[in-house]
Amino acid sequence: MRIDSIDKLSRWREECRRTFTAPQRKVFVCLGEACLANGAEEVFHEFQKLVAERKLSDVTVESVTKTGCHGFCSLGPLVIIEPDGTFYTKVGKADVAKIVDKTLAAREVIDRLVYVDAGTKEKKVDYHTIPFYARQQRISLRNCGAIDPHKLVDYIAVGGYGALAKVLATMTPQQVIDEITNSRLRGRGGAGFPTGRKWATCAQIEADIRYVICNGDEGDPGAFSDRTTMGSDPHSVLEGMIICAYAVGSPQGYIYVREEYPLAVVTLQKAVDQARERGLLGQNILGSGLSFDIKISRGGGAFVCGESSALMKSVAGDVGEPRAKYIRSVIKGLHDKPTVLNNVETFATIPVIIERGADWFAAIGTKKSTGTKVFSLAGKITNTGLVEVPMGITLREIIFDIGGGIPDGRKFKAVQTGGPSGGCLPENKIDLPVDFDTLTEAGSMMGSGGMVIMDDRTCMVEVARYFLSFLASESCGKCVPCREGLYQLLQYCIKICDGVGTEADLAQMEQMAKVIQIGSLCGLGQSGPNPFLSTLMYFRDEYLAHIRDKKCPGGVCRKLITYTINDECTGCMACISVCPVIAITGEKKKKHIIDQALCSRCGSCYAVCKFDAIDIK
Amino acid sequence: MHLTINGKVIKAAEGEMLLPAIRRQGIEIPALCDHAAVEPCGACRLCMVEITRQDWNGWRRHVTSCLYPVEEGLIVSTHTPQVLEIRRTILDLYLARCPNSDVIQKMAEEYGLTKTSYEIIPEGDNCIMCYACTRICEMLGKSAISAVQRGHKKVISAPFGKEPPDCIGCLSCAFICPTDVIEWRDQNGTRTIWSRTFELISCTACGKQILTRDFADYLAAKRAVPREYFETCDDCKRVELSRKMGGLVDLAKEVAL
Repeated sequence: MRIDSIDKLSRWREECRRTFTAPQRKVFVCLGEACLANGAEEVFHEFQKLVAERKLSDVTVESVTKTGCHGFCSLGPLVIIEPDGTFYTKVGKADVAKIVDKTLAAREVIDRLVYVDAGTKEKKVDYHTIPFYARQQRISLRNCGAIDPHKLVDYIAVGGYGALAKVLATMTPQQVIDEITNSRLRGRGGAGFPTGRKWATCAQIEADIRYVICNGDEGDPGAFSDRTTMGSDPHSVLEGMIICAYAVGSPQGYIYVREEYPLAVVTLQKAVDQARERGLLGQNILGSGLSFDIKISRGGGAFVCGESSALMKSVAGDVGEPRAKYIRSVIKGLHDKPTVLNNVETFATIPVIIERGADWFAAIGTKKSTGTKVFSLAGKITNTGLVEVPMGITLREIIFDIGGGIPDGRKFKAVQTGGPSGGCLPENKIDLPVDFDTLTEAGSMMGSGGMVIMDDRTCMVEVARYFLSFLASESCGKCVPCREGLYQLLQYCIKICDGVGTEADLAQMEQMAKVIQIGSLCGLGQSGPNPFLSTLMYFRDEYLAHIRDKKCPGGVCRKLITYTINDECTGCMACISVCPVIAITGEKKKKHIIDQALCSRCGSCYAVCKFDAIDIK
Repeated sequence: MHLTINGKVIKAAEGEMLLPAIRRQGIEIPALCDHAAVEPCGACRLCMVEITRQDWNGWRRHVTSCLYPVEEGLIVSTHTPQVLEIRRTILDLYLARCPNSDVIQKMAEEYGLTKTSYEIIPEGDNCIMCYACTRICEMLGKSAISAVQRGHKKVISAPFGKEPPDCIGCLSCAFICPTDVIEWRDQNGTRTIWSRTFELISCTACGKQILTRDFADYLAAKRAVPREYFETCDDCKRVELSRKMGGLVDLAKEVAL
């Protein structure tokens, strides 16, 4: 059935809401990427099968819902039973029968599956009470984990396309732009350009056609928030784009998704088809006269295609190489026409701003960075996953209160924000409020919201080497400073990691890093030296330790460390059995010895030793 | 429109880029990817200059002059210490990539460099990745070759490194290449370029080889020239024309008398 008027949408919403809220109790099984990888699909089918068999009074097959990512990725597969909010972690297929018989049938909580706080050892049954969730404020992720991303009816039931109806019925395009401008929303892709101003500029340019593009390329290693939004709540992105199309007057939109996100591609395509079928995309949307359609454009996985001008070339079918943006893409973008390009998170936020108002949104966060921001927590952190928090929250709150701190009793060393082009901030910066300007001032950036946490067993020179090698190989190779400069910078970094770098090299690196920043054509090159510059700014002593003392304080750089066995050794022979080069000798219950000439410094012995008997120096 | 270049107010035409406007003043700006026959692309970064405006309150930025359009009131400095440092570093990087290229050596020398301060890249050749060849090929409507791979592995290549199906053997890429790295040869009535061999057609009058059959076909189709046009070479056409012209001269003499 085509929904061709706003009245019809309201009536349909009532119907969807009734179906959505019909089951008294619901079992939500998270089918986000991390949970899927751990067998969530089997868990879901087992629930469907057993619930059908048991014939419980208040739980039916309709009660079992698959959802997109719930955010707490390190504990998947996740199962949540509503309305109690009972939160089960690491659920396996074998646990399902127990959950059905005990929790669903008899309302008993299964202790073994309940969340235990890593720090306080306290058990939390209701997920709302877990600090990871309690400290969040979800706007862009509002529906992630709460609805089935493959069902448009679910999105409608929770109020979806209500903002679009409001816009079409009561607002002029200029009013929409004003509302977004007043919310002071800044682009979530990283640069933080005011979204309202971008839309206003695009709308003002005389042109026969304008385009709306959603950037879902998300190439930063360690960032996965856009993937989640696209795969878990695709319609919120579509709704944001349709509202934008109305505001700037565009008939055609594109969502650029990387091919490495197969689930997001499938889910988005399905969402677009559903919206088209219902008349929410296409000609005369909701009978308003607005016509707008969306095409999914799949990217080949080049990091540089997250850069707007390269992305537009790729959408047009050309090689994804950036161009100089002396004339901005909002004026001359896709096919040289005015183009609004926003990130997934920005578009997903738009409907909420329209529904709840600019003032409500602007009151969240800080004065210059309003609203919330999604962060992907990865690396050496207890609670790996996705969180959405108000801007202005400190790094410490994100990492320690929400993220649960550093696992294995290790110490925090640094956090990299903003992906490979961002920077690494040390411990004395973690009380900084997280917003666009503060992070930039501190030598890092917001970027797409990736946070990679590093502990004291991390070598910052090696971190710089890793990210430089990523950027040097992802450089599109068009302009010289980026193509040749990042490559040469990487060679110096490798020299330092190998213990053959000099202080003169370091000076040369600093000099060329500045030239690469100024001289490069696009954002990739301009921010390319950041991993080096920010680690040098805060961890110069580590660079000097590599150069002067030929030591790696983090115990990582293989050519500069030795593994030895201390007196804690109980002679358990565990290390002997894992050593790939047979460098460890010793008898049972006697201290073992590592032959330094044979040792390849792979760290296997260190990883396997339960007695802290392996020293790294 | 007026702008200031190195302290001197000059006139420029709307829509023009900075580089030609600067060069018109007799100021030398190095550039490797700039070529009159193709659109600018901003790859070599050597033509970088510093710009500012009165209303920027001292804020300055660096732009590639080949791609930055002239603006009323723009203040351009072409040889500041920082601009020179950028150019020098870029040439230094070029020297590591193409240590044997005369073009690079000569330009680097002008910036006081005889030897690179970086590690010489073992797989480097004389190609400076200026994109002149791919741009001219695109302009001709063929795009038979393009830049492939990423980062410092980027090279100019035919699709998949095989014989380029869209190539017509016109040699535009080889002729525009500033460092002469594109190899080709004519022998035994054939031309080989990009590892593809083309048939050459000969002048029916003098027997000289003119151009490849694919190029002739393409021109005939594209320019709507009769196919017979390519039966004779330019020289023979000229001879024939002058013969006709000779007839005309005789006629003129008769009229004058």
